[in-house]
Amino acid sequence: MIKILIYVFLAGIFTENFILSKFLGICPFLGVSKKLNTAVGMSAAVTFVMVLATAVTWPIYKLVLVPLGIDYLQTVAFILIIAALVQLLEIVLRKFMPPLYNSLGIYLPLITTNCAVLGVTTLVIDKTINGEVISFLPALVNAFSGGLGFFLAMVLFAGIRQKMETCDIPKCLRGLPITLVAASLLAVSFLGFQGIVDGLIS
Amino acid sequence: MAKEPKKPSYLREFYKGIIIENPVFRLVLGTCPTLAVTTAAMNALGMGAAATLVLVCSNIVISLLRNVIPDKVRIAAYITIIAGFVSIVQMFVKAYSPDLDKSLGIYLPLIVVNCIILGRAEMFASKNKVLPSALDGLGMGIGFTLALLVMGSIRELIGAGTLFGFPVTVQFMAPMIIFILPPGGFFVYGMLVAVVNKITIKKGKVPKNQLGCSGCPMATNCSRADQGECGKP
Repeated sequence: MIKILIYVFLAGIFTENFILSKFLGICPFLGVSKKLNTAVGMSAAVTFVMVLATAVTWPIYKLVLVPLGIDYLQTVAFILIIAALVQLLEIVLRKFMPPLYNSLGIYLPLITTNCAVLGVTTLVIDKTINGEVISFLPALVNAFSGGLGFFLAMVLFAGIRQKMETCDIPKCLRGLPITLVAASLLAVSFLGFQGIVDGLIS
Repeated sequence: MAKEPKKPSYLREFYKGIIIENPVFRLVLGTCPTLAVTTAAMNALGMGAAATLVLVCSNIVISLLRNVIPDKVRIAAYITIIAGFVSIVQMFVKAYSPDLDKSLGIYLPLIVVNCIILGRAEMFASKNKVLPSALDGLGMGIGFTLALLVMGSIRELIGAGTLFGFPVTVQFMAPMIIFILPPGGFFVYGMLVAVVNKITIKKGKVPKNQLGCSGCPMATNCSRADQGECGKP
């Protein structure tokens, strides 16, 4: 069990990184990574919502949708749950935790349409390790480590982009193209982790 | 953006999405599927067709309901409508093309949160009549499909040496596998946007180098979108 948890944790951050190997959450990755503090705020909010959304959608899928035979409604149900959850979270944070709301709250409305959150809840349903569907605890760890992987990629990339600000870039490559090329190089470095984590489980 | 023109030019609504406002290369929308499914030309075509179908249907329904949906809950309403159509497409693909379903995997249900569809609902279908909205959806869908096809073909040709599964260069040239791996996706996309920018500069227009917020579906209710960062809605 511990081994599986460690495996899921490391894989979520390095080999199955949401941004750099699954291409989920590219919009905030490109849009919010200009400054370090916004990158940190956004990824903290994403991590928070990912764990919370998995904690709600996983039991609902296994205990409600599957027994009733309406698992084909998965996509509709999940996106509605996530949208409602984000709204609820915003209200609760504003009321009871104003400091946290001030630092994370502004990113919450954007998270509803973040594909990383819907992605993590959908992927974990069918996720198998050694042919076995994972249980609730690894599912939560998977969501948490996915969020941390998101955090890592965002923070690394914010650093890279701040360095790029002062570079003399050819006119047609300025802005989006050079950002994508830099992301490509960052993704190459993450490929290097591929073998390490897989070795843990076999 | 056309705002209820008196004499709507239907043809313009249709073809603007293909080149002038191409969702992938000009508006920078729907980057996630663009990068993820373009490892082969066939996947790109399947994804494009699925997204086009959802886009046209949801644009029509949202345009029909544009006077009924209350402003405050419109995003939630749009997402529900879109999710309904995505589920239909998902079941359709599962039934008739299990192979495509396997290769698109998670990215098929994720059409729900594709910024192109929500973006068009927010920016166009909620303000325009049914026919222009349907044509806008069709044009944007075709533009999206073409962009995916270009990227998919390039990545498949260089990364696997095949095109639509048929061997092209694989007999006399070792394929560069990195192109069908994640880094290749970012790289090819970056280079294609650079080429589009180069052409735009040559024509004397301003190249697209803003990213993120201009295409964000939340831009209209974000207070800091013009500064290129996220703000309170």
